[in-house]
Amino acid sequence: MALDPAYLEYPKRREGYDHDLYPWSSIFDRKPVAWPDGKPVAVWLCVSLEWFPMTPSDTPFRAPGHMQTSYPDYRHYTAREYGTRVGFYRLLDAFRKAGVKASIATNGAIAERYPQIIADIMADGHEIIAHSTDMNGTIASTLPEADERALIAQSLASIEAAAGKRPAGWLSIARSESWNTPRLLKEAGLRYTCDWVNDELPWRFANGLVNLPLNHELSDRQIITVQQQSADSYAQQMVDAFDWLVKEAADHGGRVLPLHITPYIMALPYRIAAFEALLQTLAARPEAWFATGEEIVTSWEGQQ
Amino acid sequence: MSEAQKADPGLYDFVPYRNRSKIVWPGGKKVAIWVAPNLEYYEIDPPANPHRKSWTKPHPDVVGYAHRDHSNRVSHWRMADAMSKYGFPGSVSLSVALCQHHPEVVKDANERGWEFFSHGIYNTRYTYGMDEAQERAIIEDSIRTVRDATGQTIRGWLAPALTHTPRTLDLIAEYGLDYTCDLYHDDQPQPVKVQSGKLISIPYSLEVNDHYGFFVYNMSPREYADTLIRQYERLAEEGETSGTVMCIPLHAYLIGQPHRIGPFAEVLRHIAEDGRAWIARAGEIADHYYDHHYAEAAHGA
Repeated sequence: MALDPAYLEYPKRREGYDHDLYPWSSIFDRKPVAWPDGKPVAVWLCVSLEWFPMTPSDTPFRAPGHMQTSYPDYRHYTAREYGTRVGFYRLLDAFRKAGVKASIATNGAIAERYPQIIADIMADGHEIIAHSTDMNGTIASTLPEADERALIAQSLASIEAAAGKRPAGWLSIARSESWNTPRLLKEAGLRYTCDWVNDELPWRFANGLVNLPLNHELSDRQIITVQQQSADSYAQQMVDAFDWLVKEAADHGGRVLPLHITPYIMALPYRIAAFEALLQTLAARPEAWFATGEEIVTSWEGQQ
Repeated sequence: MSEAQKADPGLYDFVPYRNRSKIVWPGGKKVAIWVAPNLEYYEIDPPANPHRKSWTKPHPDVVGYAHRDHSNRVSHWRMADAMSKYGFPGSVSLSVALCQHHPEVVKDANERGWEFFSHGIYNTRYTYGMDEAQERAIIEDSIRTVRDATGQTIRGWLAPALTHTPRTLDLIAEYGLDYTCDLYHDDQPQPVKVQSGKLISIPYSLEVNDHYGFFVYNMSPREYADTLIRQYERLAEEGETSGTVMCIPLHAYLIGQPHRIGPFAEVLRHIAEDGRAWIARAGEIADHYYDHHYAEAAHGA
């Protein structure tokens, strides 16, 4: 039996995208971006700070890094908590030592459960990005709109209550959105999301929400956990990326290098030194502008 | 088709690598190198094919879609500039609907002197389950779309998402296409047995495809670069005996990432400076093979 004739019909085959979420443009055709002080490359540190309930949910899908064994999965629950209790403080110390600010993509549950950690983040001047409620708060088009709206509101309320400030940015778990997400994030008053990895500069959805791409290919999860490479190799790859972007920026304007870090992956005793050395290397480079997500978005918006 | 025919559809003769007649590439070069960028369009909300799922997640699969969109907003030009700098033209495996969606990308490739062959309409529309009329429709669509957009007549085929039917090779030969990139049985071009016309296979590669390098073998950017150089060195060495072919199949959204493009550009520099490589388009390799070797290979064995 042949395929349904509709399989050879292409109703969205037209100039531009097959959706209306955002318009197309090439990064090489846009007006060049200039970062503060003439720095060619914005280095954006983004740390995911997550709480995994020991009772994982598969609705709409189970988050990466979540529980794997029969209940009770002490092994994964505590290994993730290690990242929050120990590893994250190694990262805060590393940021202090390098004199750099980061964006911390934080589950609302972290703010509810561990207000001290929010106070420590704020005291060091880092940005908090809303990162859903907890690691059961995944989003996909199978999640009812009302549930998604409530999830976004709860995440923002929990963080605002602990931090005294409403986040401007949003990162979905696994960068997974529904058809409704850009609209719901805009409705909730957020300025930007980090979920769409299709570009290396901020861009705007049709509804005005900004996307600041958090490149998943450059994340410690992708390079170390998925591709099984060493922390030394990871650090080398980031320096290679930085060097390339510096060269490209000379001809085409400012670029962004997003470093997406996970405490329970990168901040282990045997990996953290490679990351600290990477921070020192990049912090010593005159071409680097270390900036939070919101600072990058603000600088970019001011030039549009 | 009988079970025996299905078990071996008789695509080609068994020809051992030892004692082959000598292929000499133009200029006495030892290895023909061609670079095959896949310029693709993946739909955000494609219809379901009963034989294969497209996205693994409910639509929109934001990371899957956006990762591939990176090609058409950022990394195509990064990859293409590195290729142009060292004198490598592309032979493009094209989702032909890209001609409609992002003509700027297709125009850029055409202006660089790249050759186009078809990789189907979209990389989210699979050939599995098509009847003959449907399969003819996508071949005719491919020929017409690429001609309208670039002035070029496609000469080759790489099945969309590597999805075939048992009649695909016969059909593309009937439409006058010269080469297929879907067969991985050799390091030299080979005649392919088809019902009418002529067809040859040109070595493409899964093994040194950037997708395999990064997502099957999980290589770091520098390990992948080293892999390409080892592949090149061996094929150039064996090309002394009889000319070989090396393909570097690429996806801009993979090779054009900022941590990968630098080591890759060094590979291109290495090959360009080596002197044993005939840097060519797929069609030029096909022409040379048809002109000098096809008759003997197809009939002399």
